[in-house]
Amino acid sequence: MATALSVLQQHLLNDFQRDLPLTPTPYREIADALGVDEEAVLSHLQSLQTGGVISRVGPVFAPNRLGASTLAAVAVPPERLEEVAALVNTFTEVNHNYEREHRYNLWFVLTARDEARLSEVLAQIEAATGLPVLSLPLLEEFHIDLGFPLRWED
Amino acid sequence: MATVNDPREDPRLARLLEAIQSGLPLTPRPYAALGERVGLSEGEVVDTVSRWVREGLIKRLGVVVRHRPLGYRANAMVVWDVPDDRVGDIGRRMSAHEFVTLCYRRPRRGEDWPYNLFCMIHGRDRHSVNAQIELLAEACGLTDTPRAVLFSNRCFKQRGARYLAEVPTGDTRSGRMSPA
Repeated sequence: MATALSVLQQHLLNDFQRDLPLTPTPYREIADALGVDEEAVLSHLQSLQTGGVISRVGPVFAPNRLGASTLAAVAVPPERLEEVAALVNTFTEVNHNYEREHRYNLWFVLTARDEARLSEVLAQIEAATGLPVLSLPLLEEFHIDLGFPLRWED
Repeated sequence: MATVNDPREDPRLARLLEAIQSGLPLTPRPYAALGERVGLSEGEVVDTVSRWVREGLIKRLGVVVRHRPLGYRANAMVVWDVPDDRVGDIGRRMSAHEFVTLCYRRPRRGEDWPYNLFCMIHGRDRHSVNAQIELLAEACGLTDTPRAVLFSNRCFKQRGARYLAEVPTGDTRSGRMSPA
């Protein structure tokens, strides 16, 4: 995959993970910075998005500034993992949901409009799955999200 | 408008917040297009989003990449049990490494879950991630500190957070991650 990217696509992916211009025509500014036309920037971003390489051009919100969120973990008997993961996914408050290699093998992030709703969803997930949920809310953030520097050598 | 702290208290800002979570339209005037959808002028959208960035509500605004399609197939959450009075120092030192993509302090949960410092590492394969973990442990003086490494396996769902409960679930993605 990585080797199939053009140099223009590599620049689009790496150079604009933050500080997207807050002017009426941000894509034209990107185009000017890269010395290409706006049409090329838009069509490449569109195909990168359609291909699932980028999830969006947009904001990453700071956790816990709006509403309430937590990282939750469940120790699921292996034979129930898919069933429990699907149950967890039915809640709109769940965004990321991963299997991880540990006794606590299902990890998901819950984001709700407020603490009360967060507690309610945690209780509903425990009731629906019959399994206790470990809730590990963020207490302090150390990392400043500057995006992720991509390396192209393969 | 400037006096509203929680954007969700102003219906137009709430709609903008909801609309922008799935990303900017890929059209020449994206802020104008968003504004049209939520009842704000282009200038109001630019000003509001600028303010959200300035206030730290938005951590960054730009291209949000997915690591896996780009060849970053290994992802580990590494959890550490470090002394509470040193967690800030260690967390800041840890997050200075560019391969650390997230670094948080979280509560312990008794003997069952004794870890209070979490970091996330993305790499091309498990071998390189394990090497980075060793490097991190050395650099932060944690070679003898209890830790666990939780590689991710399957992804059952991945999308941006939604702050308004009534927003329907969108692009749920599911697929096997390479166990490499």
